[in-house]
Amino acid sequence: MTTKTPNSSNSDAALAGGHEATTASRRDFLTMAAGGMCALGAGVALVPFVDSMNPAADTLAAASIEVDISKVQPGQGMTVSWRGKPVFIRRRTPEEIAEAEKASLADLKDPQADKDRVQKPEWLVLIGICTHLGCVPLGTKATETRGEYQGWFCPCHGSAYDTSGRIRQGPAPTNLEVPPYNFVSDTVIKIG
Amino acid sequence: MSAPNAPQKPGLIGWLDYRLPIFGFMNKELRQYPTPKNLSYAWNFGSLAGIILLIMILSGLFLAMNYTPSTDKAFDSVERIMRDVNFGWLLRYIHANGASAFFVVVYLHMARGLYYGSYKSPRELLWIIGVAILLLMMATAFMGYVLPWGQMSYWGATVITNLFSAIPVVGDDIVTWLWGGFSVDNPTLNRFFVLHYLLPFVILGVAFLHMIALHTHGSNNPTGLDAKKEDKIPFHPYYTIKDLFGLGVFLVLFALFVFYVPNYLGHPDNYTPANPLVTPAHIVPEWYFLPFYAILRAVPDKLGGVMLMFGSIALLAALPWLDRHPVRSGRYRPLFKKFFWLFVVNALALGWAGGKPAEGHYLLIGRLCTAYYFIHMLVVLPLLSKFEKPSPLPTSIAAAS
Repeated sequence: MTTKTPNSSNSDAALAGGHEATTASRRDFLTMAAGGMCALGAGVALVPFVDSMNPAADTLAAASIEVDISKVQPGQGMTVSWRGKPVFIRRRTPEEIAEAEKASLADLKDPQADKDRVQKPEWLVLIGICTHLGCVPLGTKATETRGEYQGWFCPCHGSAYDTSGRIRQGPAPTNLEVPPYNFVSDTVIKIG
Repeated sequence: MSAPNAPQKPGLIGWLDYRLPIFGFMNKELRQYPTPKNLSYAWNFGSLAGIILLIMILSGLFLAMNYTPSTDKAFDSVERIMRDVNFGWLLRYIHANGASAFFVVVYLHMARGLYYGSYKSPRELLWIIGVAILLLMMATAFMGYVLPWGQMSYWGATVITNLFSAIPVVGDDIVTWLWGGFSVDNPTLNRFFVLHYLLPFVILGVAFLHMIALHTHGSNNPTGLDAKKEDKIPFHPYYTIKDLFGLGVFLVLFALFVFYVPNYLGHPDNYTPANPLVTPAHIVPEWYFLPFYAILRAVPDKLGGVMLMFGSIALLAALPWLDRHPVRSGRYRPLFKKFFWLFVVNALALGWAGGKPAEGHYLLIGRLCTAYYFIHMLVVLPLLSKFEKPSPLPTSIAAAS
């Protein structure tokens, strides 16, 4: 019978039945199994540390806010803070609504019809954070530049949004996000 | 280190060294360490960077004693350091300008390595450890800039953390995890403070590895030739004195900034407290990030820009395998030399473009320079490795002078 080195594969060792070879392969198995369990254990032990960096319970307790929108005139907008983020509320003029509705979906980078982005066409509610790298776009105040598409313009890297808050130009990949909200009455909306 | 079996030397140091060979180690690595005799002043920046790291740790330690990492107190605590804490203004200006000085020195250190081929075999790992130090420095500097909680702090933190949202599928979850919330807020500030305190000590450790790797094969030199025994001199006193002289020159320049134009490299916007509802009209990172910022903005695609930016640093780490020309030093590579200076001018132009608004000519220049950065790394260097004919090499360092 040929001599087997401890490095022989498991099946060879089993066939040979040599005492030394068998011991070595069992030992290899035990070493690998123990090593694998150690790695798994270390990975599991890491979970609480990594997860402790996720939003805490008090941060998650998402406060919803009620906003009085009775003072906003057509063509005007307001900004409120929700979950530490700015939320834009704009009362659109009939021209702005028409502009938003007539845009062809084929021209849009992130195609979405205007009616899917509003509950009442007059009121547009958006999270005021540019989907590129998180700046607050200009355009809610009438004195600010609104960009080429008359919606919002991000001063950081030049993304332009239309009157439905959809991305039309620049590096942002998606439309301004619509937060969850509902109309409590004709003049009060609840965000969150 | 002295040999483990060497007999105990007389005296207290001998007694200590027999048990813990720290003095023997220092003697070998900082005094006797054989160094090529022809090093120019371009070789000053390594030890200088080490000294600046110590200055940063020391000034940061004392700043931390008076800083409060909480969103409603951070800005005021920094103003208190500036106005009420004894010499607080000096500590803060040393620390803020020290960050800039650190990057100046490290960029010069890298440029020296690039020109003289210090990244080539057998120093590839030494170079890669250096790139790791650069990445750690960038993370540390970024998080330090967030701590004063001014407008630039806040929006810088927002934009940079949002870079990770470009990662497909898990990007948004990663950003939420980084923030510990749904925007940059108190949990973010707290963890940035903790990490800003921790990372410099990590840098110190990695810098130690950098030094071990350096001392294994010794310093490169302006000729790029392997230094023979007779071409080497002990580090002390020859290079201790040269490094000290360089430190003196550096400190004079540094003091000019700290005492006369301490805010020249800063942004006035950062003296306005952070406001999560208003982004400043023109946000730019600190000057040392501008070339990378220009690369980020060069592509009109979020993921593409982020990948190019991180790719530009990854390519630095791959340099030993992109430039495989057998001759190390740019001194004997007439073509490489020209491209090297083009690369330097290009990097400066990238920095310039990164500081301008992303529109019109600025954007075009930023794009052209970004293109050249990658062409230099991926096309020029490999082609030169194959086809460039070097000028005649001297037979030794002694024969070169």
